[in-house]
Amino acid sequence: MSDSVTPPLPRPTSLRETPLCQWHAAHGGRMVDFAGWNMPVQYASIVDEHLATRSSVGLFDVSHMGRLSVTGPGALDWLESMLTRKVAGIVPGQFRYTLVTADAPAPVVILDDALVSRDSDAADGTPRMGLVINAGNRERVVAWLRSRLPATGVELVDHTLDTAMIAVQGPKGVDIVAGLSSGGDGTRIRALGNYRGTTATVAGHAAAVSRTGYTGEDGVEVTVAAADAVAVWEAILAAALPLGGRACGLGARDTLRLEAGMPLYGHELRADSDPFALGLALAVNLEGRTFPGRGALAVLKAGQPERVRIGLDLGSKRSAREGNPVLGGAGGEIGVVTSGSFAPTIGHAVAMALVDPAFASEGTVVEIAIRDARQQARVVGLPFYCRPPGGGKPPAAG
Amino acid sequence: MLKDVRFAKSHEWISPVAGGVATVGISAYAVEALTDLVFMQLPAVGRKVKAGESIGEIESVKAVSDLYAPVSGEIVEVNSTLPDHLETLGQDPLGAGWIVKIRPDDPAEIDALLDRAAYEALIGSQPH
Repeated sequence: MSDSVTPPLPRPTSLRETPLCQWHAAHGGRMVDFAGWNMPVQYASIVDEHLATRSSVGLFDVSHMGRLSVTGPGALDWLESMLTRKVAGIVPGQFRYTLVTADAPAPVVILDDALVSRDSDAADGTPRMGLVINAGNRERVVAWLRSRLPATGVELVDHTLDTAMIAVQGPKGVDIVAGLSSGGDGTRIRALGNYRGTTATVAGHAAAVSRTGYTGEDGVEVTVAAADAVAVWEAILAAALPLGGRACGLGARDTLRLEAGMPLYGHELRADSDPFALGLALAVNLEGRTFPGRGALAVLKAGQPERVRIGLDLGSKRSAREGNPVLGGAGGEIGVVTSGSFAPTIGHAVAMALVDPAFASEGTVVEIAIRDARQQARVVGLPFYCRPPGGGKPPAAG
Repeated sequence: MLKDVRFAKSHEWISPVAGGVATVGISAYAVEALTDLVFMQLPAVGRKVKAGESIGEIESVKAVSDLYAPVSGEIVEVNSTLPDHLETLGQDPLGAGWIVKIRPDDPAEIDALLDRAAYEALIGSQPH
């Protein structure tokens, strides 16, 4: 057996801890370094956690994700000038998926992908905006955004360390959180469309609740003050356990998002990626807008990509892993695997890859070089998994 | 017999030689540490292997691990039903979850491996 059996060395104390870190460690979480955070990769079984999320509900501590507020009279207009996605027209309670790009010497520099939101307006009517960004990119994104702040009128605050975020994902997620909310809050949570959010009292604590997630399931993400994190987590978990729900680690989050065909920064999506070739055109609104990197993105949109993102169905138990070469008809390398795993809902291995567009048509058979083996795989459409109809309303237009 | 099993630091176990052949598997600790096993590749019967050489793969949802030959010798049998019943590894790692049988070149190589107490001390020193 090789290194994966040997447990990690004692945890360095320099890792950041979410407000739930001690809870995870005390409840059997296998803690690993994820982007500098001490996070649970799993409690017992990734497969069990994955399937519980698909069939019932899974709780995920996603407090390591960066949470920023952007406020002040110029907040909305400034974000409109900074993000690839149109922010103008966003209404209170609405979320949009966007990229954060820099203007830079390279053709394009994608610093991160993010959710931008407009929270409830301030009492004086000025918009209050939010951004959720990836843990591993937080510091550079915050530094970049700060470097572009206007002298007055916009305030950017990083709330990552004074809040916690709990993803409650799965067909029972919305009902569970709504059931822990008092009065009209529960009704409002149940009525949320996808990519919509509201403030609510959850298990007696002030929270922001949004119908968002990263698993391909219906569900919500609940943001609370750091001091309330354990109480809210335990209340949600207590409601989830009798329904077959469970606490889940980042391992299941990764297999869930893979099945849902969602790109992950640092894997599918990188600084020099072509978002159009990744199927992320919806995150880039070029028309009538200016933002950093717009020119480079316009060139990419007009051009022909060298590599496009595809889904691969291996039909095997053996998994392809990131970095495995994808081979075409004559055995030449035509691309590379960006994410791959056994897919618990599907029952065999799937992968995402970036390949030569000539090999991207559904049904094309390719080979993947996995260590010493060659594994056949068939190009399939993304996502690999679509949740059954029902649950969340479709995303609002715009 | 089970109390006479020896262990490699890489978490394989090997039985005493009986009829010139020793049985090899992986420890309960290794199965527990890996979790979510989904795939196993076995070596070919008849293959000559050296101690420490990779003779197969065990893959979990998260990662793939090599299975190493604890001693040098010839693979004389493999548990061909195991790859389709990987749960057996968790249920009975030292029995029905055996992986290969090997004819050691030098049975004394087995004695040089960790006895149960030494192996338990090894895994006890590793954090869970």
